[in-house]
Amino acid sequence: MSSVYSEIILDYYRHPRNKGTLSNPQIKARDSNPLCGDMIEMQLELDGDGKVDDVKFNGQGCAISQASASMLTELVKGKKLDEVRAISKEDILSLIGGQLSAVRLKCALLSLKVLKTGVYGYLGSMDSSKDELSTL
Amino acid sequence: MGDSMQRHAPVYSSAKVASYDVEKIRADFPILGRLMNGKPLAYLDNAATSQKPVQVIESLDRYYNEYNANVYRGVYRISEEATLAYENARKKIAQLINAKYPSEIIFVRGTTEAINLVAHSWGRQNIGLGESIMLTEMEHHSNIVPWQLLTREKTAQLKYVGVTDDARLDQEDFHGHLENGGVKLFAVTHVSNVLGTINPIKEMTREAHMHNCRVVVDAAQSVPHMPVDVQDLDCDFLAFSGHKMCGPTGIGVLYGKRELLEKMEPYQTGGEMIREVHLYESTYKDPPFKFEAGTTDIAGAIGLGTAVDYLSKIGFRNVRNHERELANYTLDKLQRIKHMKIFGPEESAMRGGVISFNLADVHAHDMASLLDEDGVAVRSGHHCAQPLMERLGIESTTRASLYLYNTEAEIDRLVESIGRAGRVFKI
Repeated sequence: MSSVYSEIILDYYRHPRNKGTLSNPQIKARDSNPLCGDMIEMQLELDGDGKVDDVKFNGQGCAISQASASMLTELVKGKKLDEVRAISKEDILSLIGGQLSAVRLKCALLSLKVLKTGVYGYLGSMDSSKDELSTL
Repeated sequence: MGDSMQRHAPVYSSAKVASYDVEKIRADFPILGRLMNGKPLAYLDNAATSQKPVQVIESLDRYYNEYNANVYRGVYRISEEATLAYENARKKIAQLINAKYPSEIIFVRGTTEAINLVAHSWGRQNIGLGESIMLTEMEHHSNIVPWQLLTREKTAQLKYVGVTDDARLDQEDFHGHLENGGVKLFAVTHVSNVLGTINPIKEMTREAHMHNCRVVVDAAQSVPHMPVDVQDLDCDFLAFSGHKMCGPTGIGVLYGKRELLEKMEPYQTGGEMIREVHLYESTYKDPPFKFEAGTTDIAGAIGLGTAVDYLSKIGFRNVRNHERELANYTLDKLQRIKHMKIFGPEESAMRGGVISFNLADVHAHDMASLLDEDGVAVRSGHHCAQPLMERLGIESTTRASLYLYNTEAEIDRLVESIGRAGRVFKI
């Protein structure tokens, strides 16, 4: 059985990249997974062209939720919001690698859900996106 | 069951449990033969729910196949058989916890509904403006939230008994709240579902009663695991669930002293709980029927009755001794693991078979996932006790909880698997 707990996941868990807060984020969202108690907050600052200039996450929880949040921040940096919107479940899973049970999938996808909640809220397209968010 | 289980058959030194045949008990539980990733299931999440013996599963089958009918209503034979079996289950449960009368046993869905019943009925009638309900920091959410709603509705107060560093209830808090006056109810867990602490219910009840304070006991983690005598404890209400004691899900019990139940208003209303219904008023049946509106979980009650028979035959004292020895074995093995933090009292006389722990910076969910890969089922998270997690200054724990069918061989597998998790996380 291929364990999801690779060297990379452990490295991001113990040495998270982009962890912290921003002084002036235009986009901010947080959510928790009531089953696990995992909590993730995402903050984004945009530049004049609407690209992600800086991004930070904060939170607590299992290695999978925290490592995936950190990996996600690296993925979105420098991207346009449209590109951020296009990030899929599969993108996150390929970052993480390994097999996840349905329950642990929620841990892996929490940061993407938070990120998209923030982006959709900023773009004012929350209602049309509820269905998508509910699958994360 | 795998041969490996036989090879590691536990050896008991205590003469008391020399006759306790754990392999014979295991043979009654079909699920324990299931392989997980090629390894036999080591089920160590009994505080969440227990497994069911064939005897209980067959008694459900028998009810549905042979005498399925509604209770009380029919005058035909199978309805009478169903009524008899349902009422026999009530008697067995009354006997199990030594209630004075079977009518003090109310069938509900589980511990949660039992506590909600007390809050809605007794609570609304008896808690007034400015009065207090006393809880403890080690309660399950189900023994906190109903009281939050009630005190908000009544503009009453909540007071908390703290948890000491050695995982007990702070008796000074307890005395202090009672002496300050106005405490009408003490809602307390018998055995903590996180720490395993067995609380001194009898002594605390005696003191609460001296201050005219009633006591409701959350016995979800005690009744399945040890002898419990409500007359000896003298508590006013006691709640527990069938599914944690080899019974089906969906059935549980509220015990209440008869003189209290008689004065209480119904909880839910509808069929089978009324004496007479007129257009503008109704009268109710006597307890327990007053509190069992609609068609209850008949099969569940009958199944729970069978579970009580099953456990009584093995003997609750034997179950307790087995779990206590196994808890000692587990604690001893866990304590030898480096960077292991174990929660709960150190003395086994003070604790049930619930063992919470954390290994270094390995999050409980990661630990539980890694154990699952080895076929070891444990719980991880806040265990529906967030205020206690806050008190302990942690987010979550991994919890192994034992029952009558668990073995030292399973604990060895738990320990081995924790070791593997430690290696994966490079602890």
